[in-house]
Amino acid sequence: MKTLLQRNIRDRIMESLLVLSTIVVLLPLVIILVHVVINGISALNWDFFTQELGSPSRAMQGRPTGLVHTILGTVVIDFLALFLAVPIGMGAGIMLSEFPDHKLNPTLRIMNDTLNGMPAILKGLLAFVLIVKPMGTFSGLAGAVALAFVMIPIIARTTESALMSIPWSIREAGLAIGLPRWRVVLSTVMPAARFGLVTGTLIAFARAAGEAAPLLFTSFGNNYLPNHWLGMLLGPTDTLPQRLYSLAISPYSHWHSMGWAAAIVLLVFVIICFGTARYLTRKKT
Amino acid sequence: MNLIQSITSKVPTLPLFATSESRQASGAAEVKTSTGTNTAPGTGKAENKMRMETHDLSVHYGSTMGVRNVSLPIYDKQVLALIGPSGCGKTTYLRALNRMHDLTRGARVTGSVMLDGKNIYDSEINPVIIRRRIGMVFQKPTPFPTMSIYDNVVAGLKLVGIRKRNVLDEVCERALKQAALFDEVKDRLNSPGSSLSGGQQQRLSIARALAVDPEVMLMDEPTSSLDPQSTNRIEDLIHELKKQVTIVIVTHNMQQAARVSDKTAFFYVGDLIEYGPTNSLFTKPKEKRTEEYITGQFG
Ligand SMILES: Nc1ncnc2c1ncn2[C@@H]1O[C@H](COP(=O)(O)OP(=O)(O)OP(=O)(O)O)[C@@H](O)[C@H]1O
Ligand SMILES: [Mg+2]
Repeated sequence: MKTLLQRNIRDRIMESLLVLSTIVVLLPLVIILVHVVINGISALNWDFFTQELGSPSRAMQGRPTGLVHTILGTVVIDFLALFLAVPIGMGAGIMLSEFPDHKLNPTLRIMNDTLNGMPAILKGLLAFVLIVKPMGTFSGLAGAVALAFVMIPIIARTTESALMSIPWSIREAGLAIGLPRWRVVLSTVMPAARFGLVTGTLIAFARAAGEAAPLLFTSFGNNYLPNHWLGMLLGPTDTLPQRLYSLAISPYSHWHSMGWAAAIVLLVFVIICFGTARYLTRKKT
Repeated sequence: MNLIQSITSKVPTLPLFATSESRQASGAAEVKTSTGTNTAPGTGKAENKMRMETHDLSVHYGSTMGVRNVSLPIYDKQVLALIGPSGCGKTTYLRALNRMHDLTRGARVTGSVMLDGKNIYDSEINPVIIRRRIGMVFQKPTPFPTMSIYDNVVAGLKLVGIRKRNVLDEVCERALKQAALFDEVKDRLNSPGSSLSGGQQQRLSIARALAVDPEVMLMDEPTSSLDPQSTNRIEDLIHELKKQVTIVIVTHNMQQAARVSDKTAFFYVGDLIEYGPTNSLFTKPKEKRTEEYITGQFG
């Protein structure tokens, strides 16, 4: 009986340790959320979503100011990045999973792992060399390319594992009725893996959407809304993470609270992405 | 027709007759790459010509041996049964016949597999076309998970660009009837293939293989997950199909082998031990191991 009691006590101690570590993990998240909301909520008004930022004097003189150009720029750049990254990333993932014997496969794997481990700021540098230098100007396009470099290795990896989770027998069944390899992958394996594919893409999207470093010398930032939407692609463009950073290091208290408000928007965006990803993952199982 | 068959074979059911004619008229015939097979139905008397043949066929998985030096003829419009204890290489041999090992990592095939006098392993042969001519039903049912019953059956046509609804409808119904599944699913052709029971999924796999009108059909224990009634109907199907299609079937059921096949090959630990007409192999086996196996002394 004594040993049973001892075991019971040990169980209890282990349990409380686990609860404690959960709290330690959750606490910073809660602190961040509360802090961000308390500081930013006051700046989240109509102007915030409808006005451009302008010069600091606007805020100091109490004229309307907001981050509409930042939100629009973020949407344009993030979706363009996604548009560039999905075909390339998924293509690489398909290659890794479906053609493991292909002679380019080992090289592809090494390159993808390297890209995945590369600091985000270096991806910005890469896009700077590839796009900004030839174009002669900072641009949303360059920002999108930099973010695509963030997304591609994540999408490639998640695509690979989503496809690998589909039983091999499905592919053989497809081949046995005379379908070519690529048709089997597109029409039987990928639909079966669709939740995993979307989940991976959302995770890559959310990761890239939160990155400021690759954007600092690619899309650069802009206090104003361009006259034409093409101006976002071809000229300096604002994005939430980079704007958050520059508002935070500015000397104006009004801009500080706008920075917190930008953080709220960014957080909500990322939480929606991850939430959808989690929902889809649960639905799959 | 040999002795055992005449005792055990059953008269094919009528609907199967009816559908076997409509298949000729249907657009599914377009898929066929060779037309050499369908000459003069009912010339069953003379020994059929050889359709396929393997010469010294060996398959290795890395350093493990799957089958070794198997040389066998496969006659046109006949049923060849592969029997032998578990792990003796029946599946391995069968998969070599439509180049399914191309996909298996580490699998190495040597020797040759002739189809109409051409080695299907020759470098200029396109395995996709080979597999369209040589269909396969696997040991485990494998419905395409995201597709409806209907789409599963016509996948081999639809996914290569045949989109005419009436053609697909016709093929779907014909194939499902042949596979003895039509009555059970005719009211829910649009529900997912994976919603069927294991035995129904197996018949769905059979229907899917039949839908593309293969010239040779490889069946790996097609009835192992079926109830006796469905098993009967699949055996009927084999009898019916034999008029147009060459069949190789793996089975663990000796009675089934005796009932459905013209020739039988007995495998043991990767070697072909004995091959011959089914009735003589079952009534007077030449090899001791064959006799032990078919009388149930091992395996
Ligand atoms: N993918 C593989 N990799 C390695 N070895 C394999 C593979 N597939 C089969 N083998 C081996 O090859 C041998 C023959 O296997 P095979 O599946 O052909 O047997 P079988 O006669 O079909 O058996 P069963 O009646 O149980 O289906 C076995 O020893 C098996 O372990
Ligand atoms: Mg087997």
